[in-house]
Amino acid sequence: MTTGLNEPANRVHEMPDFRPSARFWARLGYGAAAILFLAATGTLQGYELFLASSILSYAIAAMGLNVLMGYNGQISLGHGAFFAIGAYSAAICIDQFGMSFAFTPIVAGIVGMAAGWIIGKPALRLEGVYLALATFGLAIATPTILRSDLFAQWTGGVQGLFLLINPAPKWTGLDLDQSIYLTVVVYFLAFAYVTLRLVRGLNGYAWLATRDNPIAARAMGFDVTKAKTRAFVYSVLACSVGGALQAVAVQFVAPDSFPFFLSISLFTAVVVGGLCSPLLGPILGSAFIVLVPNVTEEVWQGGSWAVYGAVVILVMAIQPKGLAGMFAWLKFKVAGQSGS
Amino acid sequence: MLKTTIATVLGGLLASGAAMADNYDEGATDDEIKFGVIVPLSGPASAYGSVGHCFEGYFNAVNDKGGINGRTINVLVQDDGYNPAKTLEQARRLVEREGVLFLAGDLGTPTNSAIHRYMNQREVPQLFITTGASKWDDPENYPWTMPYLPSYAAEARIYAKHINEAIPDAKIGILYQNDDFGRDYKDAFIDQLEDKGMVVSEVSYDVTGATIDSQMSTLKDSGATVFFNIASPKFAAQAIRRAGEIGWDVTQFLVSVSNAKSAVLDPAGLENAEGIISTQYLKAPSDPAYANDPDVKAWHEFKANYFEKGSEGNWWDWACYSSAFTLEHVLNEAGDNLTRENIMAIASNLDGFEAPMLLPGISVNTSADDFSPIEAMSLMKFEDGNWTLFGDVIAVD
Repeated sequence: MTTGLNEPANRVHEMPDFRPSARFWARLGYGAAAILFLAATGTLQGYELFLASSILSYAIAAMGLNVLMGYNGQISLGHGAFFAIGAYSAAICIDQFGMSFAFTPIVAGIVGMAAGWIIGKPALRLEGVYLALATFGLAIATPTILRSDLFAQWTGGVQGLFLLINPAPKWTGLDLDQSIYLTVVVYFLAFAYVTLRLVRGLNGYAWLATRDNPIAARAMGFDVTKAKTRAFVYSVLACSVGGALQAVAVQFVAPDSFPFFLSISLFTAVVVGGLCSPLLGPILGSAFIVLVPNVTEEVWQGGSWAVYGAVVILVMAIQPKGLAGMFAWLKFKVAGQSGS
Repeated sequence: MLKTTIATVLGGLLASGAAMADNYDEGATDDEIKFGVIVPLSGPASAYGSVGHCFEGYFNAVNDKGGINGRTINVLVQDDGYNPAKTLEQARRLVEREGVLFLAGDLGTPTNSAIHRYMNQREVPQLFITTGASKWDDPENYPWTMPYLPSYAAEARIYAKHINEAIPDAKIGILYQNDDFGRDYKDAFIDQLEDKGMVVSEVSYDVTGATIDSQMSTLKDSGATVFFNIASPKFAAQAIRRAGEIGWDVTQFLVSVSNAKSAVLDPAGLENAEGIISTQYLKAPSDPAYANDPDVKAWHEFKANYFEKGSEGNWWDWACYSSAFTLEHVLNEAGDNLTRENIMAIASNLDGFEAPMLLPGISVNTSADDFSPIEAMSLMKFEDGNWTLFGDVIAVD
């Protein structure tokens, strides 16, 4: 048995034409994961598909929020508001214009980005805790605005809106849940790709530099304001698309679907999943916020949020990098032990 | 002779075998009936979560007495935190994974709205839901959904009719909660008024708000002589107290959801509550007038043994006892034919059924085209520290 150190050299010797790099394996992994997500359309059914659609819609939102919070170091307690804007955009597109549900997230994204830009411009002059408070106010106001008579003709006011969703054409053989899930997966994969490209490209460096040392970043020629605005707008885009997909999965929106607690849930998904883990973190974090309350409910009925809170504290105490951090740590442990 | 006997026995066996297969839908077996209740056990509306415990406790009591037709009743209570998206998730979990026969008693209007279409597409009963919105009584479009409570709109019309007759020169100020509950009341009330101009001021508040002091001042300044208080218990109490504090001498109407003496009028100050008019269709267990009423005694016994989380001050804690009793009756009548269709058929064919806790003269009546079980109420006035019914039981629709 050769030692770990010699292995790459040997491999080069044996296969001079083809050396699988770490990058190759990573791409293979992503590809396999993408196929798994798509294949789940056929293997899961009914309730499971609905849960998976739910988790992935939250994951899209969490991916965007992770860019803002993890990479750009800004705290938002109000992204539930953008989730709501996305959801209502989708609902109104379907309700008023009879649009096919599969395209509504695109409209939702555009509407959300516009809202994010308008709100982000002044809000981003605020730093740290002030931005958190400004967005916090937004989230608190959302249910009230949705209930108001001013927009009731569009939003359905307190009654909310039903989304009439038709399954994919018959020849596809997909039922309603499968059609919705497949749509969610397509958007999810698109966001996964874009998010990875962004955080690993120049934008990612600009965000990290802005987070860690804005003065140095500015000295190096990064436009700090632009970087922050971009992170904010991207997070808003992701949240509105996530919201639109969630509304499609539930087929109903009402002001009560977007309480302030939703913003906290998204925040929790990002932090528990793992800041700066662009893909795995949001997926694990979203699974956490959707599934854990169901599990804790079995343990202590009615006290589910208390148990949920305790789990959050525990995760933070053990591994501040969240669930994704735990995975990395486990991998490191296992790899380290087999190597020695 | 033998041949015919064998033929009869075999025929009987085959018939019963065939019937057996037909007589159960998912969630019912020879020894169990499984159903779900979705309520907010967590979150801002968790006070209403006791409805879930009420159903659970009620059927624990039924099981302790031997169940229904030899079957144990398995009640699965799930938490939705009053979030409609979560309600759908829980409903799908109960129907698709747990395989419940039906859902019953689910609380809340937005939450039930979220599963309205799903339940009807799946053809799973959404029975005796705990909400007063008027939209639930729609058997033509939603034959699998039936409420239990009389609708808010029906109640509001009673007040409007009373004002039309007794105070035709009223100038009305309305305080309403800015949600489906508040608007259901307000819209039906104004709709029923003979002269819409009677309403001189409408002010709303949000459940998330802290106080309604400024709203009360606005109403007083409008010169209203009649005050219609469409608020949930906490705010209703604040409004009554505030009206007293600012010396607003006004005829007050108070919605039935907030007319509990212990939860609303006591904190508001009984002297401020004198003369308030409201409606009732249930017997309040805390009312001394019913101290010896058999229904109320049974409720107290039930609360002591099976429903510790229940409260005398919360109307939904008595209303759910009444609906659980009616549900037991429906399941009992269904006998061994525990299909979803048969359960809806029996639930929509209740004729003068005497459910407990309903005021004398009020009973449960449903038919294939009438899915609102309770359609009568009585006006009452708060006098000398107690509610006193006045007038006849008023039928509404």
